[in-house]
Amino acid sequence: MIDKAVIERLKEIVGTSNVLSQKVDLMTYSYDATADMPHELPDVVVMPGGTEEVQSIVDLARENKIPIYPRGAGTNLCGGCIPLKQGMVLSFQRMNKILDVDTENLTATVQPGVVIQELNDLVAKHGLIYPPDPGTVTTATMGGSVAENSGGLRGLKYGVTKHYVMGMEVVLANGKKVRFGGKTVKNVTAYDFSNLFVGSEGTLGIITEITSKLIPAARHHQSMMATFKTLEDAGNTVAGIIAAQVIPATLEIMDNETIRIVENYAKVGLPDDAAALLLIEVDGMAESVVQQEAEAVQKVVEHNHGDLKVATSEAERDKLWSARRSALPALAQLGSCVIIEDATVPRSMITKMLVACAGIAKKHNVTIGTFGHAGDGNLHPTIIADKNDRDEMARVHAAVDDIFAAALSFGGTVSGEHGIGIAKMKYLKDELGENGLGLMKSIKEALDPYNIMNPGKMIPVQEV
Amino acid sequence: MAVKTKTPTKKTFFDDLELARKEIDRCMKCGNCMAVCPVYTSDKSEMNVARGKIAVCEAVLDGELDLDDPLVYKMIFNCLVCKSCMDNCPAEVNFDKIMLSMRAALVRKKGLFWVKKIIFGMIKNQKLFNTGMKVGSSFSGLAFRDYDSDNQRLVSPRAPFAFVGRNMGLDSNRVMPGLAGKPFRDRVPDVVKVANPTTKVAFFSGCSTNYFYPEVGMDIIEILKENNVEVHIPKDQNCCGLAVFAHGDVETARKLARKNIDAFERTGVDYVLVSCGSCGGCLEHDYRELLSGDPVYGPKAEYWGARVLELSELLVDVIKYRKPTGRIDAVVTYHDSCHLKKTMGVFTQPREIIKSIPGITFREMSKPDACCGSGGSYVLTHPKTGAEIGKRKIADVNSTGADTIATGCPGCAMQLLDFSHRYGNDQKVVHYASLLAESYRREKTPQQ
Repeated sequence: MIDKAVIERLKEIVGTSNVLSQKVDLMTYSYDATADMPHELPDVVVMPGGTEEVQSIVDLARENKIPIYPRGAGTNLCGGCIPLKQGMVLSFQRMNKILDVDTENLTATVQPGVVIQELNDLVAKHGLIYPPDPGTVTTATMGGSVAENSGGLRGLKYGVTKHYVMGMEVVLANGKKVRFGGKTVKNVTAYDFSNLFVGSEGTLGIITEITSKLIPAARHHQSMMATFKTLEDAGNTVAGIIAAQVIPATLEIMDNETIRIVENYAKVGLPDDAAALLLIEVDGMAESVVQQEAEAVQKVVEHNHGDLKVATSEAERDKLWSARRSALPALAQLGSCVIIEDATVPRSMITKMLVACAGIAKKHNVTIGTFGHAGDGNLHPTIIADKNDRDEMARVHAAVDDIFAAALSFGGTVSGEHGIGIAKMKYLKDELGENGLGLMKSIKEALDPYNIMNPGKMIPVQEV
Repeated sequence: MAVKTKTPTKKTFFDDLELARKEIDRCMKCGNCMAVCPVYTSDKSEMNVARGKIAVCEAVLDGELDLDDPLVYKMIFNCLVCKSCMDNCPAEVNFDKIMLSMRAALVRKKGLFWVKKIIFGMIKNQKLFNTGMKVGSSFSGLAFRDYDSDNQRLVSPRAPFAFVGRNMGLDSNRVMPGLAGKPFRDRVPDVVKVANPTTKVAFFSGCSTNYFYPEVGMDIIEILKENNVEVHIPKDQNCCGLAVFAHGDVETARKLARKNIDAFERTGVDYVLVSCGSCGGCLEHDYRELLSGDPVYGPKAEYWGARVLELSELLVDVIKYRKPTGRIDAVVTYHDSCHLKKTMGVFTQPREIIKSIPGITFREMSKPDACCGSGGSYVLTHPKTGAEIGKRKIADVNSTGADTIATGCPGCAMQLLDFSHRYGNDQKVVHYASLLAESYRREKTPQQ
């Protein structure tokens, strides 16, 4: 339990109404969006209004050895925000201002609590976009998505969050504020701190300001859906499209299990017997180029015996995408526990990974629908279970172990875009090895010697 | 005949909170509700959003929190039950059921707050309620001063009452429709017959139309006559019960539901017609849920629930209404009432009607289905948040440049009226039915 004097001091720093310490309030910060995770009540929730307040809070926490858990919207899928060791949740919902949109340098500077969609709505007026688009764009915050290095559907062509962060302001565990990077496209001064803090999951410092890159929005797009009788045909199509030197903005895949579940739920006219489905969207500035790319995709699909549908209007485009949008809701109807994994493999291994996931589902007698971003090898094997069925949950855990083992055996990674957090900590060594873990520990201990920054996440560190 | 039935044999969500666990379990905590919750948008602490409320409800069921913890109480009622979160929920959690069963459980445990007890006791007794509203009308001059408007009698709270009411948003700047001297149902016969009726409906006017907007009721009668629909106006209809149900008074809601069903049965009509999404949603869905364990009224609630039509559904989908030719020069935007769109699924039809009127320029606002902040009594119990939500709505209205806001809900209309006066350009606020009726009327009186 936190000392009463600490709570009083917090109230002095941020104002009484921005300190929540009643049990009812604490209950609503005991979780994030991750399934099958332990929930823990924090001792207090603090909502700072600016960087100086964050610094004072960090000083107070360090002096009293109180863990701090930075939290944006709490929509991550790795248990990243759960206050595992009690202490204080630092909610950034009040630091939600877009500070600057620079249309000459194509940058935006924001506070961490800005919702990604709000930034995109604002820059859209200038014909610009901030491309990283995790499934939670309408709720997730910039701070949270930078800390988690979120990906999204457009990763193949446009990259992920780390490709768009140009500079930051960070409050370190010692209470000091550092600023690095900025509006210059080129900057090789000092270590690449942006890439250290992007994806650091709140374990190294607290991000209080972000300068991000913006790009001109594509003016034309063409959506297509292709269904295949065999997984091999679908896999060869993905490889064939890239080999034809077309980089689609999105290249999504769905396995047969997901197709059947979606069709049963949404009745969007998907063929039950298709082994796989690809949703492809090409985009660009010039209509003729987009058209050429679409034609190239069509050829590859036909060559691989696919059945192609091309959207000829916005309404049809919307209809094609409704199949993808329905994937998660459809799966969610089947059970109270929805575990969305993000095992990722090199693009060329997609077919093997899909076959492996189907085999793992059979072996452990669990329901796994696999869909995801085929273009960048990032799959979402989604496991559905009854959270109150202990036997089933044990089989689910065994299946998850196998999924990660399979991804690593294909030269992949345990996390493509969700992060490590609590959920994948135990697999970290399998990918990095002892020496890699040692490097992680050295960095963590150098920056956060008292282990107060989001403890219990990412790397196992000795308790202080 | 009014059949007295005992407490239902089969329990519903609203009789046993444990039954809500099935819904609670379905919440994935994904947080999609945060994107659309009007309360959370104003006050971004997790306790205000569906995901957080569900976590608290689960903690109550697990015995980790007390149902009558003052903050739990506060949380349970800090929700407009606008169902926006349900529209955006990938797991399709019926959050309204969780919220209303929490409120019902609270009332079972703690009883009704005394003010609510008095008001709900009155609503239960239609004669008493009617007398009260009429007396209220004749004395309203003491508390409210008339406010000039070209289309309706409006009032604002007078100084001493405004001082008392200022904490409920009833300050002297609030504009409200005045209580009608003669309620709608006193102005019309039991049945309005037409020569060759295409269909017969019982018009459930709802309290707001009856006491505050009788002109809208008269407009609807006119529209139905124009379209050869025989209208019954059952005089023994009561409040729909949503107001008491939403505050957890399940037994009063059930009593009202049974009385209303009896009233419909006596008419022998094809459909029950509503002009308010809240009443309509209650009749269409909540009665079935509330009476699902009642062997006598359960099937009746199912029967009538399937026959509830909102005016625009009747006009557009069922009878293919006659397109009006009278010209109205106005720039109109349409606000989707939460219950009309999210509960009844009606949103294309009112727009179709508005657009069919010659002279009207229709302009869609951004987020037309975002809540207006009224939420029945929410704007009175939570004036600050209600006002913030209302301000966002009016900002969206203002940016359309429309001079008229049409809607399909008298509750929304009251909120929009007040907020267009305070923060808007004094846009006219109308039920879309009044636009259609006016267009029909103008066919007969050639314009200069």
